[in-house]
Amino acid sequence: MIKSAKRKITVAVTGLNAVDSPGPGVAVIRGIRDCEDFDVRIIGLSYESLEPGIYMEGIADKVYQIPYPAAGTETLLSRIEYIHAIEKIDVIIPNFDAELHNFIKISPLLKEFGIATFLPTNEQFESRDKVNLFKFGEKHGFLIPKDKTIYDLSELPAVAKDFGYPLVVKGKYYEATVAYTLEQAQKAFHKLNAKWGLPIIVQEFISGTEVNIAALGDGEGNTISAVPMRKLFITDKGKAWAGITLEEQSLIDLAEKFISATKWKGGFEIEIMRTQDGKPYIMEVNPRFPAWIYLTVGAGQNQPASLVKLALGEKVEPYTTYAVGKLFIRYAWDLITDVSEFQKISAFGEL
Amino acid sequence: MKIHSNLAVSDSGFIFNPSNGDSFSTNVVGADIIRLLKLGKSLTDIKKDISVKYDVEPTVFEKDYEDFISQLQDHFLVNND
Repeated sequence: MIKSAKRKITVAVTGLNAVDSPGPGVAVIRGIRDCEDFDVRIIGLSYESLEPGIYMEGIADKVYQIPYPAAGTETLLSRIEYIHAIEKIDVIIPNFDAELHNFIKISPLLKEFGIATFLPTNEQFESRDKVNLFKFGEKHGFLIPKDKTIYDLSELPAVAKDFGYPLVVKGKYYEATVAYTLEQAQKAFHKLNAKWGLPIIVQEFISGTEVNIAALGDGEGNTISAVPMRKLFITDKGKAWAGITLEEQSLIDLAEKFISATKWKGGFEIEIMRTQDGKPYIMEVNPRFPAWIYLTVGAGQNQPASLVKLALGEKVEPYTTYAVGKLFIRYAWDLITDVSEFQKISAFGEL
Repeated sequence: MKIHSNLAVSDSGFIFNPSNGDSFSTNVVGADIIRLLKLGKSLTDIKKDISVKYDVEPTVFEKDYEDFISQLQDHFLVNND
């Protein structure tokens, strides 16, 4: 009998909502599965019963529902303890902004269970928060659009007068709307407040070409990987439906400068608006892999697999090349399943 | 004037600018001009090369060449260094 020399590991991944505004989980799992160094068992962690990644063939070997972030860290820890008792998880990769705070908080306890993570520190996480980004840019010499955090609708007219129109109204965690009038800005404030709560961030509008970088830092200031991508097709929610890898050293340099300045640990995405005269304004830094992360795998830098190796304490050499002009094109696909499957995840929280 | 050295041009005239992801289509004459520009050829050399290959009057070529270069500039594919 031939025994596999590959290391057997179990990796738990969140963000299975492969919908029109997708979570990164399915793409992260595809990257890990593509890595030939592992014999991997994937545990999907879901929040809702209709996240497509729960049902997709070849993605998760087993799925467990976990409590929403609002339930708190104790509930989350207790659920993971239960799952770990059955599955013996080696690594957990959380993929949502809103859940990261809890996972960062419980990561020392997870370590005691024998579960590795590779997450930014709370300080790193907070420094790139939309609320703190402008100050962060000033401190480290990055171009960031001016912004103002507001807690009340009455603050909006004064901010709008200062920034002029158009301006960008952003939710605490997700979503942004470009407003051309005070009425549009007020409407966006109400919508984002209802969905994500306060505060709301109002930001100066920067005109240019949007470019994103997916990157991985080793936590010691070194860049393991950085791949820039331009969105070629954008959905009405501002999400990339198609994109292409770019060759632009200044973008790699920017990612490296960010990692060096923050000693970032883990995956992240920098959203940049490049003005016509070439100035790169950082619009956002997302503290986890983006949903298009599988493009980095296609371009030759498997960031999800590298993160797993780093989490397991392995030495990972920085990537030096990637394929320029690699495209991803997302697509919609009707997956057929049986109500019994839906019933299992809905009633028992497992599938 | 210099054309961006990393510009990719296929035989069919598909142009890809890897710095910003822009892509364009040109005809085979345009693709030839871009290839010659990438080789660092002067206008005189390009005019000679294209005139022989495509049997075009030098005065007609010069006018079309100016138009073409102007389009390349509009799309940030050349710079004036």
